[in-house]
Amino acid sequence: MQSLQKLTSRFVPLRIENVDTDQIIPARFLKATTKTGFGKNLFRDWRYENDDETKPKADFVLNQSQYSGEILVAAKNFGCGSSREHAAWSIQDYGFKVVVSSFFADIFKNNALNNGVLPVTVSDVFLQEIFAVGADDTLTVDLEAQTITINTTGSSEKFEINSYKKTCLLNGYDDIDYLLNMKAEIEAFEKKRNES
Amino acid sequence: MGKTLFEKIWDQHVVKQIEGGPSVVYIDKHFIHEVTSPQAFSGIEKRGAKLFRPKQIVATADHNVPTLHQELPIKDALSKFQVDTLIDNCQKHGVELYGLGHQYQGIVHVIGPELGITQPGMTIVCGDSHTSTHGAFGSIAFGIGTSEVEMVFASQCIMQTKPKVMRINIDGALKNGVVSKDIILYIIAQISASGATGYFVEYAGSAIRALSMEARMTICNMSIEMGARGGMIAPDQTTFDYIKGRLFAPTGADWDAKLSAWKQLYTDADATFDIEIHIKAEDIDPMITYGTNPGMGLSVRGTLPTTESFKDATEKQNYEKALQYMGLKAGQSLLGMPVQHVFIGSCTNSRIEDFRLVASIIKGKQKDPNIKTLVVPGSQEVAKQIKAEGLDKIFADAGVEIRQAGCSACLGMNEDKIPAGEYCVSTSNRNFEGRQGAGARTLLASPLTAAAALLTGKITDIRELI
Repeated sequence: MQSLQKLTSRFVPLRIENVDTDQIIPARFLKATTKTGFGKNLFRDWRYENDDETKPKADFVLNQSQYSGEILVAAKNFGCGSSREHAAWSIQDYGFKVVVSSFFADIFKNNALNNGVLPVTVSDVFLQEIFAVGADDTLTVDLEAQTITINTTGSSEKFEINSYKKTCLLNGYDDIDYLLNMKAEIEAFEKKRNES
Repeated sequence: MGKTLFEKIWDQHVVKQIEGGPSVVYIDKHFIHEVTSPQAFSGIEKRGAKLFRPKQIVATADHNVPTLHQELPIKDALSKFQVDTLIDNCQKHGVELYGLGHQYQGIVHVIGPELGITQPGMTIVCGDSHTSTHGAFGSIAFGIGTSEVEMVFASQCIMQTKPKVMRINIDGALKNGVVSKDIILYIIAQISASGATGYFVEYAGSAIRALSMEARMTICNMSIEMGARGGMIAPDQTTFDYIKGRLFAPTGADWDAKLSAWKQLYTDADATFDIEIHIKAEDIDPMITYGTNPGMGLSVRGTLPTTESFKDATEKQNYEKALQYMGLKAGQSLLGMPVQHVFIGSCTNSRIEDFRLVASIIKGKQKDPNIKTLVVPGSQEVAKQIKAEGLDKIFADAGVEIRQAGCSACLGMNEDKIPAGEYCVSTSNRNFEGRQGAGARTLLASPLTAAAALLTGKITDIRELI
């Protein structure tokens, strides 16, 4: 897993609530058996007319050249619905390293963290502040300090992340590395349960 | 202080509490399927690790399979490769597979319970958000991502932050024509598609106790549609009677020991919940959704909200976006609106009781000539039972074909899809944009309401037909 410490970037504002994982990556693209190449189909049906890559929808943010960057900012309840990790893979493969919202669905949040994509939960007020600034403004996400800052206005907010996950992200190791080192404890747990 | 049902099972499975972090939770049963497992198998191989407890894993092929002519090779090359990869992986790693052609094959959340694999007090995971279905047996069951599938492969454990607990009490008697699907659609409409995010939900109350196991599964299945990590119902005599005698159910002295442990699985009287909700069963009508998330539902006799009722600008904009996608108008009624498709199936409503309900409505009648149907049993066992009870004849006489087991048109992944712009009354669980195929317009409802649409060709209050 790639590590993530501090990121300053422009952002893509997606002012849509309840963005479900079927929108992030429609099911017909889940037939792959690898984790790569999903970025081109990110938000596929919001991005293109009739599934045609030569017909981008002008009103969708990913097709608007003024917006770019490694941070996606979305309205509340981002990532609801299916548990497909392909949603996190497609966001990462497209080039986003951070997703900001005022509310994340649980499974998506875990999936993102397990792939080194940082979900940053901000207050509704702060989310509106981000949406209010221009396309050329940048955000800075500092994982060590657990802060997100709008650089033009200087407005800043703390965000929550548990210290274990924070260490994982800062160092680029994952839960499986941790669990593989716990085998003896797990075997002891099994033994104890079988005896009781 | 007493413990909730959730806490009792959770505490029994915590191997370790990481300071300032998640718990390491032991998993009793792990279900896998072709779509969310291949990257986990390749991940584990890349690490040079082995599956830790392959005997605690059960695999099936369901999402990506055709529902006609399953005896022929799968036509779509990518789908075939994915299903073949599951076969290879299961062989290589010693995992039991109920694949295509196997007598136990079916939707993962249908076969687990019907084979008696799902039992009270267990922790159960699967790379599928509707794993919450198994909570109907009083187990902690929830959907996970592929990294977490790999985690369980590697260690039979998962890292999880302990969720908060919510209890939803439904008391009283259901009205005629109202079934468990209506209960859960009503709850989600009340608390919204994100109303239970961060929570594990226990469903309780006299209306829940009165339900069959299959009806309880329908309710727990859709817990994720209000954002809940999972849903569960305390096991009782209905649960024990359902499990007893099933293929993988305990027998003899083992049964007696398990049964006495299962009887301890209830929320203590003095246990507390972070949130408690009370619902009167008699307030629930047959329900239908009108929008693009399962929280956008109403009584089949209701009218859509007006745009003025949304105070928040983003919410209003989202409502208008949903109406535009669905081709509906604010303030309108759905009653009498023509539809083109009816889908009966999915892990929500594809069990034998669902087929009995539909058969009771369509018996001796003809489907509306304009309606196209996708009627799909949840498993080979359900399909067999349909024949054994002669229900297949009732469907055939009504002009309705019964297909072969799989997820079918629930998710627009396999061959079964709804065309763009057309309406489908669906017994499945999600009405997201494009869920049943790009541009498809999904109206979620119970098997009874689906049967009514099948006969009349339009949105109909089932109570007019019974």
